Amino acid sequence: MDHQITLQVDGERSALTVDTRTSLLDALRERLGTTSAKKGCDHGQCGACTVLLDGRRVNSCLVLAVTAEDQEVTTSDGLAADGPHALHEAFVDHDAYQCGYCTPGQITSAAGVLAEAAQGWPSAVTEDLTAERTELTDAEIRERMSGNLCRCAAYANIVPAVADVAAAQGVRA
Amino acid sequence: MTTTERAVGSDVRRIDGPDKVRGRVPYAYEHELGAQSVFVAIVQSPVARGRVTSIDASAAEAVPGVLAVLTHENAPRLGDVAEEILVLQSPVVQYAGEPVAVVVAETSEVARDAVGRVRVDYESADPDVVLSVDRDDLYPPEQLMAGFETDSVIGDVDAALAEAPVTVDVVYETPNQHNNPIEMHATVARWDGDVLRMWDANQGPHNLVPVITEAFGITEDQLHITSPYVGGAFGSKAYTHVHQLLAGMAAKVTGRTVKLELTRQQMFSLVGHRTPTIQRLRLGARPDGTLTAISHEVVEHTSQNAEFAEQTATATRLMYSAPARRTTHRLAKLDVPAPTIMRAPGEAPGMYALESAMDELAAELGMDPVELRLRNEPDRDPERDVPWSTRNLVACLTQGAERFGWAGRDHRPGVREDGRWLVGTGVAAATYPTRRRPSQARIEAVAGKPYVVSIDASDIGTGAWTTLTQIAADALGVPMDQVRLRIGDSRLPQASGAGGSTGITSWGPAIMAAAQELHDRFGGQVPADGVTVTGSSGPGDEAEQLSSHAFGAHFAEVRVDRDTGEVRVPRMTGVFAVGRVINTVTARSQLLGGMTMGLSMALHEESVLDERRGHYANHDLAEYHIAANADVGEVDIAWVDEVDDAHNPLGAKGIGEIGIVGSAAAIGNAYWHATGRRVRDLPITPDKWFR
Repeated sequence: MDHQITLQVDGERSALTVDTRTSLLDALRERLGTTSAKKGCDHGQCGACTVLLDGRRVNSCLVLAVTAEDQEVTTSDGLAADGPHALHEAFVDHDAYQCGYCTPGQITSAAGVLAEAAQGWPSAVTEDLTAERTELTDAEIRERMSGNLCRCAAYANIVPAVADVAAAQGVRA
Repeated sequence: MTTTERAVGSDVRRIDGPDKVRGRVPYAYEHELGAQSVFVAIVQSPVARGRVTSIDASAAEAVPGVLAVLTHENAPRLGDVAEEILVLQSPVVQYAGEPVAVVVAETSEVARDAVGRVRVDYESADPDVVLSVDRDDLYPPEQLMAGFETDSVIGDVDAALAEAPVTVDVVYETPNQHNNPIEMHATVARWDGDVLRMWDANQGPHNLVPVITEAFGITEDQLHITSPYVGGAFGSKAYTHVHQLLAGMAAKVTGRTVKLELTRQQMFSLVGHRTPTIQRLRLGARPDGTLTAISHEVVEHTSQNAEFAEQTATATRLMYSAPARRTTHRLAKLDVPAPTIMRAPGEAPGMYALESAMDELAAELGMDPVELRLRNEPDRDPERDVPWSTRNLVACLTQGAERFGWAGRDHRPGVREDGRWLVGTGVAAATYPTRRRPSQARIEAVAGKPYVVSIDASDIGTGAWTTLTQIAADALGVPMDQVRLRIGDSRLPQASGAGGSTGITSWGPAIMAAAQELHDRFGGQVPADGVTVTGSSGPGDEAEQLSSHAFGAHFAEVRVDRDTGEVRVPRMTGVFAVGRVINTVTARSQLLGGMTMGLSMALHEESVLDERRGHYANHDLAEYHIAANADVGEVDIAWVDEVDDAHNPLGAKGIGEIGIVGSAAAIGNAYWHATGRRVRDLPITPDKWFR
């Protein structure tokens, strides 16, 4: 069944027609012509489609487009509205990718990690769950970035890339 | 011309990086965004062996938005292409997941909905999918992939083994594995009159041209394939698979621009896999560690519709000295999809077995496993009896041992504890052939403008966009910003595909030859009205006169949780002899990616065949585990100072595959050193601790 919706993607509002079964990812790729969110599995298993939905990271393949109407969708490209984001520069500098396909999802995911850390959210490897401050150690970055698979396996470069930005943002010593 | 610092050998970052990180470069499916595209979805057989007895597509065709349903009864006839890709041409089914119909529809949702409404009846028989050394139908293929001899025998191996004071006789098994690049295979296709236009995810458009032109009965001029950015491949995107032909057929029947993206699940049956192997290793040695006999016998599978004979034991033919030596390969033809190449086909599973057996021999001898390898270092290729172009395995082992802190290692297994954790270290050697293939390049020069360098090379994540620009800049004597590179298009000068670690050794010299032609004809002066030159490069007699291979050494630390069997790899060191390194940053990333995929092979990856139904039971990324970020610890990577200019004018060796070769063995050997137990069937999952 078709449905008219309006999506706000990377600061731009677009009216479009979707099937009620259309995922947010397919709305971005097949309706709006956005190339930043990628499909790697369509089942929430790889993280390549990660976008920020009102600032929180989600697998856009697991979100129905019709439910995203009143929220702000941000892709990796949208993070560069005012020039390259610090994560963009850190990923290039650390060569934290090879083929580049999972990379926009890694970067939106990393942006989500930084925001979660700034808000003091613990992870499965956080030792002190009552600590007021979250410190993005290498182990914390590895854990929190493990929802984003990279078959080129740039993980050991992704960790220092995220760490650089975490340090600059005050969530890492 | 301006003199400039050399670009080759520098740490310049990827030129496509700033756009890639934002998601602004187009991968296959992302072409023709504005076009009125339609979508293709595939109906797959649940039967592994049988035939389609009837198809009723009426319910699917009745879904609003469905444009066509193609089956073997109405699909366009294909030309004379390989049996495993003759799709929708007959009712016969040869593997589970074989396409039996496709739906073309206005939206992807409608196409997938309609797939479930195509009713197909089958006649089926029990599939035969279990590989075993006891099968009575194992056979020797005529030759192995890449033209290697099926067997090699030198001396009397059985007698040498019988006389050897110290022997090892063990069997290793490596599982079915799947390449699983994160970009799923995708093709966008449209017929512009009698010209087939394709945007496709592949490892080199020219690889596909002979097959697709034959399939559709068109000339090379009637086919145009574009593939500028590819989201990983690891072998699965090297050859033409069924989906490219299905896209061409769907575009032909509907007259529309069609988009076909395989699902992750479909990639387990439609784009190949690494064959499982069963490998018997027998080593004979004197008490001082000198090898007297090496025997490596391989059993692996292929499919009913193709003979894919992986060259699993060929690395054993050159690694170590021994007067008596034998390698054999036997195949079972099973009701499985056709296997294909997967990163270091042959070397990755074969060197896992050889390097594990060397570790077992070192333990039998009570020797340092590094020392055992050094003692059996051959000064010439031991089977071909020709000199090495470069070898440097000794340098890799000694420098790696130094970096890793190997000296003083207590070689006894199972004696180090850290709380719940059992701790050990392991070593393994690596090798991968150095080859080059015919390639051509073109340079267009106009005074005052950047040079345009064109070659149908492919960047599947290797960094070719950047490294070829570096090579061209140096060859032309200009800064990199004076070079505009064009790759990934079948209308560009023909080049070899990205595979077999041959890209840089094939494409780089072709670009250098074109630049040389420009220099020879015009010196430093580009004619004002511009000029176009071409250059070509290909194998010379070095392949006959020299034995050329990359080498390496892996060191790994492993920790095993005695309560849960969990295996962790906190650190790895890899040192490689890979000839001239073009870009220190992208080279390190390729080696890192290979080593990490080796870790993934050691601990995680296994495609599980359902023995009753013949399908891959764990066909997605939740069940087929690949290494995730938290699986990887510190990875230390270095290379020895080496230039292999006897092999090619660039002095480079391939670098894309050597990293995966041997890394699984180093981890398996460290697991033994930690626990005192050998796991001889990969992957080393926690459950194997409890058996």
